[in-house]
Amino acid sequence: MSERREPAREHVTGVFGKRVQRREDARLITGRGRFLDDLGGNALAAAFVRSPHAHARIRDIDVAAALDVDGLVAIYTWEDLPGVLAEPLPLLIPHPALTHGRTAYPLAREVVRHVGEPVVMVVARDRYVAEDACSLIEVDYEILKPVVGVEEAAQAAHLVHEDVPGNVAAHMVQEVPAPDGRSAREAIEAAPHTLAFRLDIERSACTPLEGKGVYARWDADDESLRVYSSTQTSTSVRMAIAAKLGLPLPKVEVIAPDVGGGFGVKIVHPWPEEILVPWAARLLDREIKWTEDRREHFISSAHERAQVQYVRVGFDDDGRVLGLDVNILHDNGAYTPYGIIVPIVTSTQLLGPYKIGAYRVEFSSIYTNTVQVTPYRGAGRPQGVFCMERTMDRIAAHLGRDRTDVRAANFIQPDEFPYDQGMTFQDGRPLIYDSGDYPESLRMLKELIGWDSFPAMRDQAAAEGRRIGIGVGCYVEGTGVGPYEGGHVQVTSDGRVHVSTGLTSQGQGHETVFAQIVATELGVPFEKVSVVTGDTRRFGYAVGTFASRAAVVSGNAIALACRKVREKALRIAADALEADPRDLEITDGVVHVVGAPSASIPLSTIAVLSNPLRYAFDDETRRATQFASAPSPDRPPVSEGEEPGLEGRDYYSPIRSTFASGMHAAIVETDPLTAEIKILRYAVVHDCGKLINPMIVEGQIHGGVAQGVGGALYEKMVYDQHGQLLNASFMDFLMPYATEVPRIETTHLETPSPLNPLGVKGAGEAGVIPVSAVIAAAIEDAEGIPIDRMPISPSDLHALRLAR
Amino acid sequence: MKPPPFDYHGPASLGETLRVLAEVGPHGKVLAGGQSLIPLLNMRLAAPAHLVDINRVAELDTIAAEPGGVRVGALARHAAVERSAAARAVQPLLGQALRLVAHPVIRNRGTVVGSLVHADPSAELPAVLALLGGSVRLARLGGEREVAAAEFFTGPLESAVAPGELAVSAFFPALPERSGTAFCEVARRHGDYAVAGVAAAVTLDEDFRIAAARVACVSVGPVPVVADVTEVCGPRPAASVGWDVDWDAVARAVQDRIDPEEDIHATATYRRHLTGVLVTRALKSAAHEAGHGEQGEL
Ligand SMILES: Cc1cc2nc3c(=O)[nH]c(=O)nc-3n(C[C@H](O)[C@H](O)[C@H](O)COP(=O)(O)OP(=O)(O)OC[C@H]3O[C@@H](n4cnc5c(N)ncnc54)[C@H](O)[C@@H]3O)c2cc1C
Repeated sequence: MSERREPAREHVTGVFGKRVQRREDARLITGRGRFLDDLGGNALAAAFVRSPHAHARIRDIDVAAALDVDGLVAIYTWEDLPGVLAEPLPLLIPHPALTHGRTAYPLAREVVRHVGEPVVMVVARDRYVAEDACSLIEVDYEILKPVVGVEEAAQAAHLVHEDVPGNVAAHMVQEVPAPDGRSAREAIEAAPHTLAFRLDIERSACTPLEGKGVYARWDADDESLRVYSSTQTSTSVRMAIAAKLGLPLPKVEVIAPDVGGGFGVKIVHPWPEEILVPWAARLLDREIKWTEDRREHFISSAHERAQVQYVRVGFDDDGRVLGLDVNILHDNGAYTPYGIIVPIVTSTQLLGPYKIGAYRVEFSSIYTNTVQVTPYRGAGRPQGVFCMERTMDRIAAHLGRDRTDVRAANFIQPDEFPYDQGMTFQDGRPLIYDSGDYPESLRMLKELIGWDSFPAMRDQAAAEGRRIGIGVGCYVEGTGVGPYEGGHVQVTSDGRVHVSTGLTSQGQGHETVFAQIVATELGVPFEKVSVVTGDTRRFGYAVGTFASRAAVVSGNAIALACRKVREKALRIAADALEADPRDLEITDGVVHVVGAPSASIPLSTIAVLSNPLRYAFDDETRRATQFASAPSPDRPPVSEGEEPGLEGRDYYSPIRSTFASGMHAAIVETDPLTAEIKILRYAVVHDCGKLINPMIVEGQIHGGVAQGVGGALYEKMVYDQHGQLLNASFMDFLMPYATEVPRIETTHLETPSPLNPLGVKGAGEAGVIPVSAVIAAAIEDAEGIPIDRMPISPSDLHALRLAR
Repeated sequence: MKPPPFDYHGPASLGETLRVLAEVGPHGKVLAGGQSLIPLLNMRLAAPAHLVDINRVAELDTIAAEPGGVRVGALARHAAVERSAAARAVQPLLGQALRLVAHPVIRNRGTVVGSLVHADPSAELPAVLALLGGSVRLARLGGEREVAAAEFFTGPLESAVAPGELAVSAFFPALPERSGTAFCEVARRHGDYAVAGVAAAVTLDEDFRIAAARVACVSVGPVPVVADVTEVCGPRPAASVGWDVDWDAVARAVQDRIDPEEDIHATATYRRHLTGVLVTRALKSAAHEAGHGEQGEL
């Protein structure tokens, strides 16, 4: 296994690892954030006529009545789309098992396959007028049989896509035999104990507070396009737009402004609007903006989670899993633009911190006439963890053993890393865990929640007529997937440090965290560092922000870029100070000789020296002009092999994912009469390797747990049998308020990743992953009723009580 | 989610408001706090040609607490009524219910009268008005009528307000001496409309026996369901061991009167069960308050 390439410098004394206040916050919480809809005040507005039916053939589109609307500019249907724009949207992540991948057209062609699919685009003076025009456009539909519900869809009485037999987009089996060569099924047959059961997880969605949005400006003189998009990947949106519009890449700029949350939905691209709006802006030579509204977001972006799982498990008297066989029905909605990443992640990450005897996992990814399914924070892991952790609890119940003991019996031990799970992960690379300490994590969690003293607490509550229960859940999360990210670091002659990386930010605190890395690596004051993300004018090569990868991949790229800058600075300083670069240190932005503080030169001066000038604009640049300083006349002003400027660019391309982990526990109370469910305590032990900023990591955990509470107790997408989404608003789709989210008690464990220079692992998604499993376990413990289906409402719990 | 075009009217006096309303008739809608109407407009579920904004009509911004009851003007916000000590003293149920209405920011804009006119069967205030036997005063150009709660709520999201009419105030009567009230509900999230909820009023006689007991239930029928449970409850003496009431029988009596429906948040069975639980809780709490806690643990 690879060693850490180089020990991280100064992490002990720098701001790396400190609870530095987020520098984004002042801007964001005083209303000075610039989100998509804050831009383009004079732009025309786009609005869409969307299908009111889940499955229908378009017979005719009559726009006549809309043509008289004052302020109407243009109306487009599929027929108007030229060239490749008229083709289906890209299938972003192909996979051999995805034999029947299908994507939508930017505007529906002949058939609509879910309520909300865009059919007509209207451009008008403002959004009000555009919607007025939309309401006058008449689309004549021939209603087709809607396919709703993954089990119904799997029976294939009706098809979502005529040419997809059985409604099966993908079918995949992965088998990991036991060390003795036995298959999972053989191991289960031979096991002393076996259990079989079914689990259900409902649909939820990212629901960022800011929906999607696109604002495009065509510059006819320059024949160039600038697009602002509320996206998680500006570089890739740029490439998609250039390809779909046939523009040279250098003529397209894409910028992600402040983005009000993404959680996965904005990594999917190009959304129809992301190419239609720029296309129309160019065609009309007018600025155009589309801001998604909440209803649009519910019915025409993406959902996730929904799975049915059939589990068979064989285990020994200690609860050690000898064989596990899981069959998953995964509802992928109407289209598969993001491939089968979600069920692959479920299948692989299901294993968690455990080494199990033999494993077989099979999934079918099934089309339904509902909104497409693409990754939502956790991206298939909450389902996998629900499966594994419910299984652990069932084993414990069956054997009458403590639930944490059963888990401990299955843990991978600290001396077994790197641990190869024998599978292929979502990045096509082997599922090899790099590091972790699961027994320690569990020990910390039990102490934090008071696991061992809980029985006394339960008795006390019972004496007061109250019902409480405790639950626990563990996860391992592959984070920081490749292929790469880059970083650019430039020191200018005023001593400021300008950092850019191509991936985007949706509120995570990248400006702060990346500045901490740079301040520490370069030895400059934190305040001097400014960070730009997601702007293709600043950095053109990037993948995007998803899969808990920004700190790992961009963070390390930026650190490596800093090391280049540092090396160059020391080289120039060594020249100027007539010292050996190895004797030089940088502190507070000043290079000095170790032990001789007076022999020093500030980075600002080095920046001047690094860039010999002909013209002077101010005091600093005057010092760099050709007559001001006299470098050796027999050397060119810029030495061979050097480039002007004190800057560096580097990339980090991980060999494979780094595996973060954690364990959560909750104590819940259920009301014996009303069946209300209240989380009394919520405890988290979190291990994301080296912490760059514990406060920001805790913020990520809190947000994740809050979304997890939503998934466990509140959120579901309710489709009726006609494929209508019954709760497409925040009135009926119950996102938890602050009042529903408990105080979250967090402890950190740090097992550094040996795979990257900073020793970090991802932290963006972790909080959400085990919550449903933990809450289900705690409710089950309080009630003594198996909980196999999440989310669970008081009404559901009441029904379970009646059925007992 | 943008409303279709409408004409906006911003009258500054009651007289002007009534004139505009008379003019626009069935094509007009009153805009009060906007907390229910604006979402309906944005979702294009309502498309009035005229919007008559009463927010400038200062004379409607009144809360008058008299011994006989509280009269709340059409511009009195939920928050103002909730905070009014005088209103609370005369009719504590107003404050008890308003605490459960939405969230503080919505209560800062939403109006009590608007909530009554909106007549959401899950809303708290219609149940309060119905329980107390209050009334709503409706004005039109050249006339006025006082409509009793029992006639005011005509169906889900339907009230007796006719085109051209403005609800100018609502009257919430006070209760006799030795009375207590309570509002108990279960909502999915803090501040949401209730899955089920029960307002209760109990009056005790001089011997602290239950002389009158009524409940009004929300979210279990097209309009608030009022049930007089005096007979099932009492008159029972206040025994030292607690109220000698067959609470199960009381709950059943109310459950027989309601007609809950299933929706995405709850089954009808759960709503019925919950209403029974809440009837008991609310009545016990109201009775407790009526006795000023003198009867000890219930
Ligand atoms: C997130 C959210 C949560 C909420 N939760 C609750 C809750 O838990 N319980 C609850 O009871 N309510 C709740 N509400 C609704 C809130 O209480 C509203 O304020 C109230 O129902 C309507 O009052 P309004 O002044 O905002 O009326 P508007 O929205 O202005 O009007 C509502 C309707 O009444 C009509 N109207 C209003 N005033 C008059 C008048 N004087 N004369 C004639 N017609 C009139 C309007 O034309 C319109 O049809 C919630 C609202 C929101 C946005």
